[in-house]
Amino acid sequence: MKLISCTRGERLKRTTMAAEHNNNALHNGTGLHSDLARKFNKDEDRVDWHDETLWWIRQKRDKITHGIPNWEALREAGSQIKHHTLSNLNEYLVQFEEQCQKNGVTVHWAADAQEHNEIVLSILKKHSVDKIVKSKSMLTEECHLNDYLQHNGVEVVDTDLGERIVQLAGEPPSHIVLPCIHWKKEEIGELFHQFMGTPKGNADPQFLTHAARLNLREKFLTRKIAMTGVNFAVAETGEMVVCTNEGNADMGAHLADVHIACMGMEKLIAKREHLGVFLRLLTRSATGQPITTYSSHFKKPREGQEMHVVIVDNGRSVQLGRESFRNSLKCIRCGACMNTCPVYRRSGGHSYHNAIAGPIGSILAPNLDMKKYADLPFASTLCGSCSNVCPVKIDIHDQLYKWRQEIVKNGYSPKTKTIAMKAMAFTLSSPTRYQIAGKAGRFVLKNMPFAVNNKFNPWYNEREMPAVPKESFTEWYKKNKGGK
Amino acid sequence: MSSRDKILNAVKAAQPDKQPLPDLSAIPLKFDDAVAKFIEVLSTIGATVKRLPKDRFQSELMDDIGEGKNVVNTISEFVLDFASPDKTVAPQTYDNLDYSIIPGQLGVAENGAIWVTDTEFQIRALPFICEHLILVISAETIVHNMHEAYDKIGIDNPGFGAFIAGPSKTADIEQSLVLGAHGPRFMTAYVLE
Ligand code: SF4
Repeated sequence: MKLISCTRGERLKRTTMAAEHNNNALHNGTGLHSDLARKFNKDEDRVDWHDETLWWIRQKRDKITHGIPNWEALREAGSQIKHHTLSNLNEYLVQFEEQCQKNGVTVHWAADAQEHNEIVLSILKKHSVDKIVKSKSMLTEECHLNDYLQHNGVEVVDTDLGERIVQLAGEPPSHIVLPCIHWKKEEIGELFHQFMGTPKGNADPQFLTHAARLNLREKFLTRKIAMTGVNFAVAETGEMVVCTNEGNADMGAHLADVHIACMGMEKLIAKREHLGVFLRLLTRSATGQPITTYSSHFKKPREGQEMHVVIVDNGRSVQLGRESFRNSLKCIRCGACMNTCPVYRRSGGHSYHNAIAGPIGSILAPNLDMKKYADLPFASTLCGSCSNVCPVKIDIHDQLYKWRQEIVKNGYSPKTKTIAMKAMAFTLSSPTRYQIAGKAGRFVLKNMPFAVNNKFNPWYNEREMPAVPKESFTEWYKKNKGGK
Repeated sequence: MSSRDKILNAVKAAQPDKQPLPDLSAIPLKFDDAVAKFIEVLSTIGATVKRLPKDRFQSELMDDIGEGKNVVNTISEFVLDFASPDKTVAPQTYDNLDYSIIPGQLGVAENGAIWVTDTEFQIRALPFICEHLILVISAETIVHNMHEAYDKIGIDNPGFGAFIAGPSKTADIEQSLVLGAHGPRFMTAYVLE
């Protein structure tokens, strides 16, 4: 079909340049969450739309989870299985390695992002491959693998539709499950017109998805190496489970001669039967679906195929040793904490200037670099909604509060900035406050006394939206009142 | 020291005291009629579901597929007038395949998923590369929930297996649901009694 004819060379060059530009701004941490959020907030209609879309997904999650009578017991089980696995992680990693080797899978260990990227490149070089397809993997985002491979002359095509869209636009994903949630269909139509030659002005999701399907089908059929992420890795069997709705992980892995799966070591679970718990929790929490279309269990390479797994630490063993933050390693990357977060919804994923945005990203990032990400734990109202929806019961808002103390203790947080960031978070968390602040053209401090009235804030009426914890709020309020 | 040993040592030093595993028997989920629930759920996620007696399956299937289609059948139990999978050719050969017919080992009522393995379909790309996926299961294999599913599957199974629930789909463009992302655009499940 004509749709896919494009002069790839030049466009890729442009994409790469754009990607570098954006990555510098968004990922390399120039700018604080509050500044980046302010930028996102310039377009009020878009913010409202972003907010409402995510809230709608949160409601879908509520609807489906309320239909599961033992949902709380299920969350508790998920949390305990992860706790158990983390408390025996050393043994389970060794068991997983043994099983993989028995299954004919080559196991690699990467202490950090750099080593991960080098391992991937060395496998590509061994096979003289300079074009690959990759399905969704937040780990490879964390390691900035695409940039690294592009600098080494490798073309990486992200095959998840949302990831492909942001990749063409030269941006990182703004959400771990919904990478292009901040893009409007007209803009995607324009992007596809530019890169895939679709008719100008066509913004029909069905049409655009079909165009991407045709374009990417050619890549699936011709690429010799496919990379995937891993949702769950089972120590008992050595298998890796990858969940997608699009079927892109499978199309990549089953057609390629070499399959490289990359996983953070916290993806491990002890037994196969535990998958029953996590597959029940994951998609219901993520999008309100009963399960993803595909939950694929990769155990052995197919005849004639080569399969690799790269197990990555990159700060995880440090986080494991931090008692206060250890629980963050239970995360199954469902995105529910983002969809529900009043600050995330109104500031957008890019304002977190980290591969993983939102409440969980704000806990994981300071572990990697406390100074660079010192602002993130303050980009929260500590309302606790994240902890209430988290399928593995991570005490997210408590950990954010603990990070604040840790950061202040380590001297990374100038006081004035801290207050500005908390104020920003508070403003963003309420449409009323947000509008008032926006219309008045100045910031929140002045509006505080009446804005705290809960009746202005419809979110507090929600069942799973508890009131702001008294202690931290009082602390916050005192400071601001004092500063007036 | 290798990265492997460095990582394992760091993990060993950092991991907390051993925690027990939870008792999973405390979280059951049962339905009055698991087969009816399975059909209801799978129908709402974009699949067509047909429940019919085993002896009517063959003629119904032939009617549904019609003439002149490119079809691969992986069910050995039924002698159908279609090609069998050919492992001697590259999987890419199956691009433009209209239908894959694949037997499911079991269905799960709570989410409409069907468990399939490459013991049956042999070529791993088959359930994904076709335009229209046909999965065939026996009604008596339908279990209530995922815990029961894994109990039945056990831990010994071949190199690749998947739960499949509906046609491939995406909602990445403004959350509008589109059926047919990279995998099949249509899926039909035949539930045989
Ligand atoms: S922290 Fe919890 S809610 Fe947030 S992405 Fe991870 S598992 Fe989901």
